[in-house]
Amino acid sequence: MNIVKSNVKIAKDVYLMKIEGQFEGRMGQFYMLRAWSDYPVLSRPISIYDLSKNEISFLYHVIGEGTERFKQLEAGDSIQLEGPYGNGFPEAQGKVALVGGGIGIAPLYLAAKQLHQPDIYLGFSRESYLVDEFRPFAGDVVCDVGGIIVNQIDYAKYDTIITCGPHIMMQALVERAQGSGAEVYVSLEKRMACGIGACLVCSVMCQGGNRKACVDGPVFAAEEVRFDAEHGV
Amino acid sequence: MQNMACKIAGVPFKNPIVMASGTFGFGKEYAKLYDINRLGGISGKGLTLAPKAGNPGVRVWETPSGMLNSVGLENPGIDYFLKEEAPYWETLDTARIVNLGGGCIEDYRIGAELITAHEKKLREVGRCSIDIIELNISCPNVKEGGIAYGVQTETARQVVREVRQATSLPLVVKLSPNAENIAEMAYMCEVEGADGVSLINTISGMKIDTRLRKSVFHNLYAGLSGPAIKPIALRMVHQVAQHVKIPIMGMGGITTASDVIEFIMAGASVIQIGTYNFMNPRAGEQMTEGIKKWMEQENVSTLEEIRGIL
Repeated sequence: MNIVKSNVKIAKDVYLMKIEGQFEGRMGQFYMLRAWSDYPVLSRPISIYDLSKNEISFLYHVIGEGTERFKQLEAGDSIQLEGPYGNGFPEAQGKVALVGGGIGIAPLYLAAKQLHQPDIYLGFSRESYLVDEFRPFAGDVVCDVGGIIVNQIDYAKYDTIITCGPHIMMQALVERAQGSGAEVYVSLEKRMACGIGACLVCSVMCQGGNRKACVDGPVFAAEEVRFDAEHGV
Repeated sequence: MQNMACKIAGVPFKNPIVMASGTFGFGKEYAKLYDINRLGGISGKGLTLAPKAGNPGVRVWETPSGMLNSVGLENPGIDYFLKEEAPYWETLDTARIVNLGGGCIEDYRIGAELITAHEKKLREVGRCSIDIIELNISCPNVKEGGIAYGVQTETARQVVREVRQATSLPLVVKLSPNAENIAEMAYMCEVEGADGVSLINTISGMKIDTRLRKSVFHNLYAGLSGPAIKPIALRMVHQVAQHVKIPIMGMGGITTASDVIEFIMAGASVIQIGTYNFMNPRAGEQMTEGIKKWMEQENVSTLEEIRGIL
């Protein structure tokens, strides 16, 4: 059991929870979080927002019963963490862009800190949040509210583009990036049960057959993923 | 001194905790969390003759005290298993159960033959990787309009008979709660020479997305598991226990040592843990301690003393 240090509202239905303790993990990996005993039955896979020596934090969107429970947590409450799971983002070299949509910005913060001054593109449908947090680690920062963030990227400028956001946004990004020479990596969101590769609930349809979002992903090279057949969560 | 051990068709189980097919991979993943040799046994991911990609779309949905799954038997196929996973099973000190699925009777038979031939060859040189075949008759019978083999006794009989003839390995038939008459189904398995039955598989269920006005599952229906189904599972194990002499592997929503004791009292020799692995990934290593404690408190020295007492 771990102890919640703080759990604050960042925007409408978006919360940032900090948990005490020494945790492992790298950018793009996730933990299975559980703050209840039997129900909901499944733990919730949440990607690492930030990690420091004595603290780990998770940025989450309140969207169902599990995240609703997370929202109720207060400093001093206990929560169970299993992980870190998943492959995480590649150590991209050269000119890098991070493209986040909505709550998809969550795993990009640690990536911004760990990669070398990447350009940051953050798109939101209604209100922006945490954009200033990215600035100290970023080259250019582009923020868009209500528009189409993937239309604002000069794809040819980049060696690597890392993206996390709504399925439809990532699909549009992958299409626009085609032929630009940029290598694109997508971080996918899937419903999960075990989180460790045993149950095959989170299979992703890929070119060479199914792959597991929890252990082979959640980060995939864009050309691997069959966006024509995948529909997101 | 408490003794939790038992045997099914000569195969020793050091305790009654067996991990259920489809929730435990082939064991490797959970072996990173704890020593899976402490388990009574493991049942591997359900295998079919050819690899299967499983169902598209949403594969899991939570329900009150349970979950629906629609994985659709995604698996790497029997050949892959024998080549890539069975060598790992050779190193394990726990009962190793291969779960065999199918599509047509021919697939079941060939699958059973392949597994048996592989194991025979190993045993000739004093090695061993598979102890039991668990036959999953919940697969749809493609030739007869997609209704699962496990619904009607006479349809299931054909599969059980065919697989029984195809293997000399101990054979346990996994029964579906969707069977028209599960006690009759179990009795059929006994008559056809099965060494045991395991039950229950998931209960067919449904979830509708009211906004989209369609099922959340591509396959329309999905399998319900978890604590929600435990009372039904327990009742069915008890019913089956009244009708057969062969051992029963009981399962369905077990989450506590006390649940395990209930299933044994209802007549199960061992039990299987499925959904609870997702609720508590260290379930396997914790459950046996709880059973031991209960036995101490109740002054029960072997589980035989309480098996089928109702």
